[in-house]
Amino acid sequence: MIKVEKVSKIYETKSGQVVGVDNVSLEVPKGEIYGIVGYSGAGKSSLIRCMNILERPTSGKVMVDGVNLLELSPKKLREARQSIGMIFQGFYLASAKTVFDNIAFALKAAGVAPSQRKKRVEELLELVGLTDKINHYPAQLSGGQKQRVSIARALANNPKVLLCDEATSALDPSTTKSILQLLKKINQELGITIVLITHEMEVVKEICDTCAVMQDGRIIEQGPSYNIFANPQEKLTKQFIDTILNFDLPAKLLEACKGTILQLQFRGNLASDAVVSDMLQKFQVSGNILHGKVEYIKETPLGIFIMELLGETEEVAAAKQYLEERLKQVEVIQHAR
Amino acid sequence: MLDRIIEILPELNTAFFETLLMVGIGLLVALILGLPIGILLYVTDKGLFWESRVAKGIIGIIVNLVRSVPFIILLVFLFPVTDLIVGRITGPLAASVSLSVAAIPFYARIVESAAREIDKGVIEAAIAVGASPWLIIKDIILPETKPGLISGLTITAISLIGYSAMAGTIGGGGIGDLAIRYGYYRYDDTVMITTVIVLIVLVQLIQYLGDFIAKTVNKK
Repeated sequence: MIKVEKVSKIYETKSGQVVGVDNVSLEVPKGEIYGIVGYSGAGKSSLIRCMNILERPTSGKVMVDGVNLLELSPKKLREARQSIGMIFQGFYLASAKTVFDNIAFALKAAGVAPSQRKKRVEELLELVGLTDKINHYPAQLSGGQKQRVSIARALANNPKVLLCDEATSALDPSTTKSILQLLKKINQELGITIVLITHEMEVVKEICDTCAVMQDGRIIEQGPSYNIFANPQEKLTKQFIDTILNFDLPAKLLEACKGTILQLQFRGNLASDAVVSDMLQKFQVSGNILHGKVEYIKETPLGIFIMELLGETEEVAAAKQYLEERLKQVEVIQHAR
Repeated sequence: MLDRIIEILPELNTAFFETLLMVGIGLLVALILGLPIGILLYVTDKGLFWESRVAKGIIGIIVNLVRSVPFIILLVFLFPVTDLIVGRITGPLAASVSLSVAAIPFYARIVESAAREIDKGVIEAAIAVGASPWLIIKDIILPETKPGLISGLTITAISLIGYSAMAGTIGGGGIGDLAIRYGYYRYDDTVMITTVIVLIVLVQLIQYLGDFIAKTVNKK
């Protein structure tokens, strides 16, 4: 649905050139939710703004639904933008317009006849759950409600793609969750392809099928979200994963432990298998769980446990080998003393 | 003293309406020409959809040029133009020519700075839904700046009252003219004070009305 080819965006500033996006290529299949994570200044905002030419890339190609946006005339580009919705961190609703008028503006831009606007706005408000606020002004709405209005505005002309520029970053955790649920619903029920950028791994965990990590204008790692969480390669990716799967053990606890400390990772269905209890029955070792968590990455479980194994050296080694065979992901945190 | 005021009342009445006429014409022209110029100054700014250094530069220079000429000089300087348009160089109609010329760039700058208050994101969001520049100006920029446009009109009106008094010194008519003729040339303090009070009341009224309307239309 979206194909970005070798896109670079270079900004001319007084102090010289600043590279915003550095030769990025990526492809977002139809119907997917694609997340781009990175710290501020990584270029993710520039990249997503290149996808509807709010910023014109310095070089490269941006294809949306088979059309190269960079080759379009201003008029054709405006038409193309009607099928690319976008929402922002700051909502950006017109303060002098009611909820109705804000959404109707998008319809007006697309040349929808006034008589048909009312029905469509009502449908959209139904979808985002704000039918009772139709005549309110943005100043009378909460952050989450404003974002719902801006989602309704972005969806007004039945777009194929929805771009989300830090759409939940200004919202509190529970509002964030409800907006993410709404985005998921839009993706599933309307089949709209979603690209979102965020600095919160929580967002990726919740709804993204695929995830890309950006640093210094480049994509340093990308893949299915689950793989990124289960097996991050780059240091920065690990840092981001750590915000969700953090297993710091108190130093005192580590000192007090005499046995071998292992970190075990259970992926997918393994999380429900009785691997640990099998191991304990097979070998002459005793186990002691120090830390553990099961996270659901877009509904697939990923479990991580840290346990201490006590017993004879050979038995512990054999037990460890057994775990490695079944789990593939076993890491020794501290050897027995 | 009261006798003197009553005596001057018919003349004061005429002068008052002459002032209103001059200021009214000036405001109307400011609205018709100053508003679009102000919007043009804004949308040709960096980062906006009609970004153009050349256009912004040229308009900016012309606006500054007119604004940097002291009004009393502008008044004299424009005599030929006034003569051409109105057919005479005295009277309130003649004065409204130079008042209008002064009001256009004055209001244009106010419009420009009012428009700058709009969050650029709001305009970007409008671009992102595929709106044309014209629709964005008409449906986003103008409504969003409405409170600023109205208070700008208030400021312009009050400045124009001040300018109209200057026009009075060279035969422009209006309250200023009255004050100069009686108060200055004839040392008639009663007329002088009366005109000043009338001006104070007028300015207060305009300010109050402007603030009230600006507040009513502000939905922020």
